Order: sequence, then structure tokens, then C-alpha cells
Amino acid sequence: MRSAALDRRLLWVSLGLMLFGLLTLYSAGQTDVPTHAAGVWYRQFIWFLVGVAAGWVVFHVSLRLLEWLAPALYAFSLALLGVVLVVGTGAGTAQSSHSWLSVGGHQIGQPSELAKVATVLMLARYLSGRKEPPRSLRDLLVPGLIVGVPFLLVLKQPDLGSAIVFIGIAFAMLFWAGVRPRLLFMVASPGLSLLLAFNNWAWGAWMVGFTTLLVLWRPYIYDATVVWCLNVAMGAVALPLWKRLEPYQQNRLLTFLNPEADPRAAGYHAIQSRVAIGSGGWFGTGYTQGPQKRLAFLPEQHTDFVFPIVGEELGFLGVMIALSLFLALFLALLRIARRATDSFSSLVTFGILGLFFTHVFENVGMTVNLMPITGIPLPFFSYGGSFFIICSLCLGLAFRVAWDSRQSGYPDI
Amino acid sequence: MNGFDSYRVRERADVARWILIGAFLVLSGAFFRTQILQHDKFQLKAETNRLRPIPLTPPRGAIFDRHGEIIAENVPGYSVKLLAPNRDSLRAVLATVGHFVPLDTSDVTEIVRRYAAARYQPVVVFGDATFETVARLEEHRAVLPGLVIQSEPKRLYPSGRAVAHLVGYVSEVTESDLSAGRYPGAGLGSIVGKAGLEREYDDTLRGGEGVRYIEVNARGRLVREEASAATLPPTPGRPITTTIDLDLQKYIDSMWPAGIRGAMVAMTPSGQVRALYSAPTYDPNAFVGGISAALWRALNQDEARPLLNRAIQTRYPPASPFKLAIAAMALKRGLIGLDTHMPAPCRGGMRLGNRVFRCWKKEGHGSLDLVGAVASSCDVYFYQLGLRLGLDAIVEDGVLMGFRDKSGIDLENEVDPIYPATTAYFDRLYGPRHWSPPATTLNFSIGQGENTQTVINMMRFYEGLAGDGNAAAPYLVHPAGAKPRSLGLTPEQLDGLRRALIAVVEHGTASASRHADLAVAGKTGTAQNPHGEDHGWFIGFAPADKPELVVGGIMEFAKHGTTVAPYVVRALRRYILGPDVAGPIKVKVLLDETASPQDTAPRPVELDPDSAAAQAQADSARRAAAPR
Repeated sequence: MRSAALDRRLLWVSLGLMLFGLLTLYSAGQTDVPTHAAGVWYRQFIWFLVGVAAGWVVFHVSLRLLEWLAPALYAFSLALLGVVLVVGTGAGTAQSSHSWLSVGGHQIGQPSELAKVATVLMLARYLSGRKEPPRSLRDLLVPGLIVGVPFLLVLKQPDLGSAIVFIGIAFAMLFWAGVRPRLLFMVASPGLSLLLAFNNWAWGAWMVGFTTLLVLWRPYIYDATVVWCLNVAMGAVALPLWKRLEPYQQNRLLTFLNPEADPRAAGYHAIQSRVAIGSGGWFGTGYTQGPQKRLAFLPEQHTDFVFPIVGEELGFLGVMIALSLFLALFLALLRIARRATDSFSSLVTFGILGLFFTHVFENVGMTVNLMPITGIPLPFFSYGGSFFIICSLCLGLAFRVAWDSRQSGYPDI
Repeated sequence: MNGFDSYRVRERADVARWILIGAFLVLSGAFFRTQILQHDKFQLKAETNRLRPIPLTPPRGAIFDRHGEIIAENVPGYSVKLLAPNRDSLRAVLATVGHFVPLDTSDVTEIVRRYAAARYQPVVVFGDATFETVARLEEHRAVLPGLVIQSEPKRLYPSGRAVAHLVGYVSEVTESDLSAGRYPGAGLGSIVGKAGLEREYDDTLRGGEGVRYIEVNARGRLVREEASAATLPPTPGRPITTTIDLDLQKYIDSMWPAGIRGAMVAMTPSGQVRALYSAPTYDPNAFVGGISAALWRALNQDEARPLLNRAIQTRYPPASPFKLAIAAMALKRGLIGLDTHMPAPCRGGMRLGNRVFRCWKKEGHGSLDLVGAVASSCDVYFYQLGLRLGLDAIVEDGVLMGFRDKSGIDLENEVDPIYPATTAYFDRLYGPRHWSPPATTLNFSIGQGENTQTVINMMRFYEGLAGDGNAAAPYLVHPAGAKPRSLGLTPEQLDGLRRALIAVVEHGTASASRHADLAVAGKTGTAQNPHGEDHGWFIGFAPADKPELVVGGIMEFAKHGTTVAPYVVRALRRYILGPDVAGPIKVKVLLDETASPQDTAPRPVELDPDSAAAQAQADSARRAAAPR
């Protein structure tokens, strides 16, 4: 295997994103106020080297071996998620959660990151092993379990941001496997019903519209009944469920709707993030010069809210460059998934695309109040060892898929 | 898996591509809205986040006397302020400050209290720091986060205590001032005039505040003193020129006897105030940069009440100087002429009903005309004159002559004099049949009774006597627009009254204060004081034939007007004859030599010839003689 045979587009885009991320992380440490973000770019650089090495190793592993290993990996990651629920520790702003695995007092990683990749592999293995794409709810039962178990374990930590990523991965891969969109919509409908249940009129309208759609689409009668009942049930449990949410989760949802309601506490992140981004204007204040970041008005500026630094210091122009790089990454992954030699490789690549996309859209979206705030890192930008290594592993997988298809002379389509 | 034939994959890939591009556009749109469309709003929020405005104190306008001598000016000073994110860190920094410069606990409490009132503003630690303090703090800036040292113009009153009540003082505006809207245009931290001229002409003197910005971080800590934001320079206040003669003002302060409370006012017959002095006095410079809590307490709790301006804020019985008002009323009404004798000669008292109203002089004055009665301050003459006028006429003419109104001087907080509007006042006060009109008339005739006047208001009446019979409102900067009060006397009558006043000094009750080189006219008085020794009055003007200056003074517990007369005459001589003739500026303890009631030696009658006090002295002389 010669590195010259690597997929060029993916190579340049991922190198570009990693460089952009490291530079932004360097800027995050340049403040007038002492913060613990001061030296993180250097540590991230170490992780960068480790990650590249890990990606290189994965690149050399055959997809067939991974397909064979998938159940073991999946079981191992589930076991880790179970262990972490018992002995896990919190970190950073989420001290009370159980998301970190520690050995001898050293935090060695977040098992949920590994579980994401393991779930992608396991789901790809299951879906590619089927003769036909799932056509009914019954067919979706197994995929639902494969995703649902790690999803619930992560949700229990509690880590809503990572849990959402599992949903994103599931929908992306089911779609790529050929599940009809209307079935996916029906699967998603109880969730929408839950969201809309907070307003009686909206929920009423939703139920009328949804019932009409069911009548028009004529799915399996069993599926329709189950989904319709689930929608009604979600409407009924919305309020009790809301009351069971942690107060900080309630606040995040509320402040998403109206950040000014509590500007000092819950809405602080949402407001300060937009202030930093908005003050950037067209061209920003200049690299490392952003006053909101320098004076520590921007919270979590090296982890979840690293992207507003781009907005403040490099302006709309810098944001467009970053978003275009991400779009280019997604399109490159999409191209690799299309050209993959086999359905397993294709599904893995598309699962990785789903993983990256969920992270990027949720993280970038929450900085401009487009999405509610959840603790979710931005690939290649946010500081964090295990996440960066997982991202590198994913890229290594994608490079391998691309290499395989090139080796087999799979036509460009 | 048959879902992966190339047609199906291409179809799905197209959908996926559009979803990705759509998501990219949604995110781009959100950033375009935030960064471009709402840029101004967020830019402003970002700046309010990090920039704190600091007011820049404008230099106050200078105050000059009529010759351009400086009464109040500005000198460079330093203020030391602290910007703190919260109370605890403020206390911590103050504790560190305490290592370098003295700072006692009451000061710390006060600073923390001020901080609580405006948490986002730097709090003043030393409003008027010395250069040494600034240097020491600057040296240790590294351990004093949030230290803001500003160079500010600070007020200086070169004559200090001599001009205190005249010029007033300045200090930081209080919250109650602001909520009451007392100082239009002032904000928290503004320096405003709190008394005297500084208060009255604050709008002119204050000027407009400027502003500069400092940069703070998210925890409210000072990061940069020089923020890259525009600075608005302050607008200096405008100067004012007063009618004051600073030399005379200082002279009065220097000659004023130690420990004596009272007031002295000098003005021209046209109403220009040349000096306005109240004792005891205080140092207005102590208020600059914030008066210490201890000194403020001391000033307020001192039973001598040094902050009280006794020239305009204290009412005294007008006593014998009021006899001139009675004489003016009678002359105006044509009841008497200047040479009219009263039916009963003075035999040391006068019987009314079953009571005897005594003259201050037991032996009696005999039969006197008006000039003689004024000169010797004969009570019996004025009793009869008052009865001839009648109480209604006294009350009515007194109101016309302004004894019920403020003098109208351009100083805040002048108190109203007390004078009845009509005789119905007595009915209300005592009940219709519980007061005796003739007895009240007799009291009013000699300036006692329900009639108390401020020094400045009595001065306005004598200003009319010294001038052309019209008394304009006294003023320090701008003459009041109101019409002068007319005493309603003909020039001959005025001239006659002046002659009577000259006689007071030439050979009457104040003859001890006579000097050959300056003809002074004036009137002594002794205000009966139920709370202690009587108060002494003297109001005089000179030169007697063509008056240039009217000077009036009162000394509390001075027992009689002859005590005050020498001081007034001295002030007149200083102003008219100049410093060479008037003698050195330091004269002290004159009071103790001349008017000690314990002095048992018999005194010549002409030395202490005034009503109640003189009588008391005569009594004591008699007692001293009796054992022999």
C-alpha cells in the first residue's frame, strides 16, 4: 500500500480541518485571563500525532477483519458503557455525570466515543447481512436494539449530546441501507409528537396531519397502529417526562427557546456565544485577537464552544471556510460510500458521515442558537483526546474503503 | 444485499447530497444573520460586556472676588479607585491597600457601602490622594488588581476657613440628591456644590462630565486601563466673579474673637455683598475628595454647629436696631418729626396698667427728641412712640419694609424671618383674650417679642437707611430682578435718621468705638436671649455723610451691642481707609478685656450704655459697691 494511493480529496480536506482546528485551539489559549485552555493546543498536538498513528494502523486493517470483529467490539464497548455507569467519573463542566473511565485516578477516555464506532460497525454488519433492506417496523427491531442499547446506556450517564449522535448514526445508516424515508419518518414521528406535545394546539394539528399521512401512505396496518399509538402515548407522557428531566436539561431546552429569560445563568452560554460570533462581522477581529474570548466572556472556549472563536476572530469569511471544509469532508465521504466495493464498507463510511454530520450540525448549530445546547464536541476543533482519536480512526476506515475500491478498479460513479 | 445496486445508491446519494448542502445553507444562513445582519447589535453587546465607562471630572469654574482675587480654584489632584468583581475581592484588595497606605476599618466599611450602590463602577478609595499615596500604590500595582488611578482637578479654597460659609463646599452627589433631581445633569460620582456659592451657582460652575473606558474581563476584573474606545473629554465649568472683597472677608475672619459664635455681613448701599462671615467656621478644603467620617460627625455633633451659616440661617431678636424701623414708620406716617419729644420724659421706666416697663437706664434719660432717643437708645421714648403708632401700624409697615420676607440674597437655605402678617397672628397664637395689645406693642417697639430676623435681612433695612431709602436685595453674583423695597421716607427724614445714627457713635451708646479719622453711623442692640447671655448687635455704615459700606454683626452671648461695635467699626475702617490705617490683621481677645461681667470695677456710663446688658452691668457695679 502506497500512501500516494490515498484518496486525495479526503486527505486534503481532513488535513485542512485538523490544521484549522489546531490553530483555533491555539487561539483559544491566548487570553488575557488565566484559563486552563492556555496549553491545550500543545496537548492536542500530541493527540493529533497519536490520532494519525491510530488512523494509519486502522488503514492497514482489512474491512473483512473488522466485519468479523464487529460483534466482539460492540460487546466490549457495551461492557465498557456498563462499567462506566458504575465507576465512571465526571469531567469539566459535567462533573456529576459518569462518562469517563478512570484507572488509578487518571481519566483514560470516554467509552461512549468507542461505542459510536462499534455501533457503526455492528449496524453495518447486520444491515449488509440482510437480503433486503428493512421494510417494516418488525424489520427495524434488531437495528433498533443495536443502536438503542448503547443509546440508553449513554443517556443514563447522562450525556444527551453523545446519545443524540447514536440517533443520527442510526437514521443515516438506515437511509443508506435503503429503508424508505416514509418508514424512517414514521419511526421518528413519536419523537416529533413528544416535542409538539408541549403545546396542545400544535400537537392536535400534528396528530391530524400524521393520521392523514398514514391513511395516504397505507403502510402495514400493524406498523401504522403501533406508530399511531406511540404518537398518542408520547403526547400523554410528555409532561411527566419533562418533570423527570434534570433541571439543567430543562433549562437548556427553555433557554434555547428564549436565551434572554435567564441571561446570567442558563442562557449565558447561548448569549455569549452569539455575542462573540455576531461581533466578528465580515472579517472578524483578527486571529487570536477576539476580545470576548481574550476576556473570558466566551465560556468553554476550547471544548464545546470552540467554534465561536472562528466566528469572532475570522468573521463570516472564516466561518464560511470552516463550514465549506466540513461540507467538502461530507461530500468526500459520500463519494467514498458510493464507490465502496461492498455494502458493509459503504454502510460503515456512511455511518461515519452520519457521525460527523450529527456532531458538526449540532455543535455549530448551538453556537448560533439554531439547536439547543448539549455538550457535544466539534470534530477536529474541540479539545479532547479520545474523541480526536475516534475521528482519526473513522478517517482511517474511510481511507481504507476508498483504497479498497480503487484497488478493485471500482468505477467512478 | 440487493438494496445496493448502482441505481439505488446513486438515487440515495443525490438525496444525501442535497440534505448535506441544505444543512450547509441553513448553517450559513444562521451565521449570516448573526454576523452580518445583527452585527451592530452584537458588537454593542460585546462592548458593553468588556468596556466600563469611567466618568472624567470636569474642572469646576473658578470663583473670584471683585478684584479678581481667587476664592476657589482647581489644582491637580489624584483619585484612587478600585474596580472589583464582588464584595469579597474588594475587601481583599482593600486589605492589601492597607499594607501600603493607612486605611482604617470605618473607611473600609464606607468604601464597601459605596461599592454596593454602584457595583459596575470603580469605587472611590481616596478621593484626594497625596502624591506619596499614589506613588506607593503605583509601585505595588501588580498585587492590586482593579486599581484605577486618575488625575483629576481638585477644588482648593486658598482662604480656607475665612470663606467657608460664603463659598460653601463640594462633595460627591448622594443618591437622595439624584432621586430628588436636585442637580440636573449630574450622575453617580459627580462632584457638586453642597452649600454657599458652590451650591447656588452649581449649574454654572460644574461643567460637563467626560467619559473614558477601561476594559474588564468576564469576572469584572480590570484588564486594560487604556481601552481602544473613544474618550469624551469633560467640559470645564464656567468661572464666576463675585462682589466679595476678599481682603475684607479675610480681615473679618482674622479679627473675629476666638470662641465667639455669630456672623458679620458687609455690603454696599446698592446691595453688593462685600463680606459674609459666620463663626465658628470650618475648612471647606476638608470636603474635597470626600470628608472623613470622623470629621463629618464632629462637624455635625459640635453644639456650636459650625456648618450653620449664622448670617442667613439663624434668626435673632432684632432688638434696638429695630428702633430705627419704628422711627421710620412714625416719620413716614407723619406722626412725629425729627425733633418731636414724647409727652412723658424718661424717668427709668413707664407704667402701663399695673406693670412697669423699664428703660435700660434706671436713672432715666429725661426728655429727648427722636435723634437723642436713638443716640441713647431710650426705651421709654420708643414705648410711647410705639403706642402712638399702634400695633396694627407696626405690623403693617413692618411687612411693607420686608421684615416678613427673606432678604433674597443669592444663597440657598436662607431662612424666613418671623414677623406677624396681621394682629390676628396673636389671636391664633395666644387666643383672642389672652394677650395684651399694649404690652405687645411695647415689646415690638424695642425690637423684642414675636419678631426675629436674620442678620442679612436686618442688613437690607440698614442698606436702605444708608442709601437713598430704597433697599435692593443683597447679592453676591447676580442682582435679583425684584424691585427694591422702599422705606417710604423723604430725603430729609432719611438724613435725620442718619444724623441720629451718627450721634450713636459720636456721643451715644457706641461712643467708645469712635475714631476721629472716620465718621461712622450705627446702632447697637442687645437681643434678649432666654437661653443664656444676651446677644450683641451692631449695624453701622461709613463714611456717615456718604456711606460706602454697611457692616452688621451679631455675637452670641456677647451681652450687649457695645461689644460688637468695635469690630464693625474696624471692618469699616479696613475697607474705607485701607490696611495701613486699620492696623495689623491680627487682633484677638478684645472681648475679654472690655466686657467681662465679673469685672467689679465701676465703669463709666458711656462705655456700656445699652439696654438690658448695660443695666445688668450697672447692677453688678452697684452690688460690688454695696459692702463698702
